[in-house]
Amino acid sequence: MSLIDQLTAAKQAHDFQALLDLIPYAKFLGLTAALEGDELVTTMRYGEHLIGNPTLPALHGGTLGSLLESAAIFQLLWNAETIVLPKTITLTVDYLRSGGPVDTHARGIVTRQGRRVTNVRMEAWQADRATPVATAHAIFLVMRG
Amino acid sequence: MSDGEDERSQLKLKLVQGFSANVPHNRALGVQILEIKPAEALFLLPYDAKLIGNPETGVIHGGAITALLDAASGAAVFAALTDFVPIATLDLRIDYLRPAEVGQAVHARATCYKLARNVAFTRAVAYHDDPADPIAHSVGTFMLATPTGPTS
Repeated sequence: MSLIDQLTAAKQAHDFQALLDLIPYAKFLGLTAALEGDELVTTMRYGEHLIGNPTLPALHGGTLGSLLESAAIFQLLWNAETIVLPKTITLTVDYLRSGGPVDTHARGIVTRQGRRVTNVRMEAWQADRATPVATAHAIFLVMRG
Repeated sequence: MSDGEDERSQLKLKLVQGFSANVPHNRALGVQILEIKPAEALFLLPYDAKLIGNPETGVIHGGAITALLDAASGAAVFAALTDFVPIATLDLRIDYLRPAEVGQAVHARATCYKLARNVAFTRAVAYHDDPADPIAHSVGTFMLATPTGPTS
């Protein structure tokens, strides 16, 4: 079964986790995804291998960037009627506070769905959703081929 | 530069190298620190199956490149500082120029091109063998002298 077929099956079964399990890097980061109402929330389970600053301790900035990018891609795949794997053109992350050694959640909001490119805003939070640890915006190429 | 200053500078660059190599996430990614010069860092990310983002093609995830560029940029800031002060990434923008090749290691060369009183500015490029054929390009800003204690 191709990736697109597997994705289609995962969507029909409302089981996004099945898709994440196919992606080695998502497994490496400890990503899980679940629908909360209409919203797809991606979670990065805490692990010591995610630490960038052992003194604080704080998560590596790169892991937050990856979580935010992944949350946007998963949201786009979830929204899409015909599935095309989005290609990231550009990603900008604002780091608002240091990420503590706990689980981090993220979601993506599509701000513009174009024919060729899509703009997405993302936010990541830990215990308190009202105080995000990082926000981001990204532009994806969503054309076939 | 006197011999004493030169020695101190060399020692500081060695410390930056050791510090970067021991960051848990850098170790988990398999990042190697190839070179630390004043205001400059060259990192290498070997190809590894655990970094794959597209299981059909075997291409590594863009996130692994993001983490590599972030880490190299931070090291370039440390390599630009006269004294060690804590730093925190303010923002990082990454342009993905083309996919990485399957099975090939990725280099990241980062430069801290401006060190102001409070903020450091970086740029970095990710590439396989030829910096003129980049995979990704980033610019970042870092806040200098952030608190070291646990944050509430």
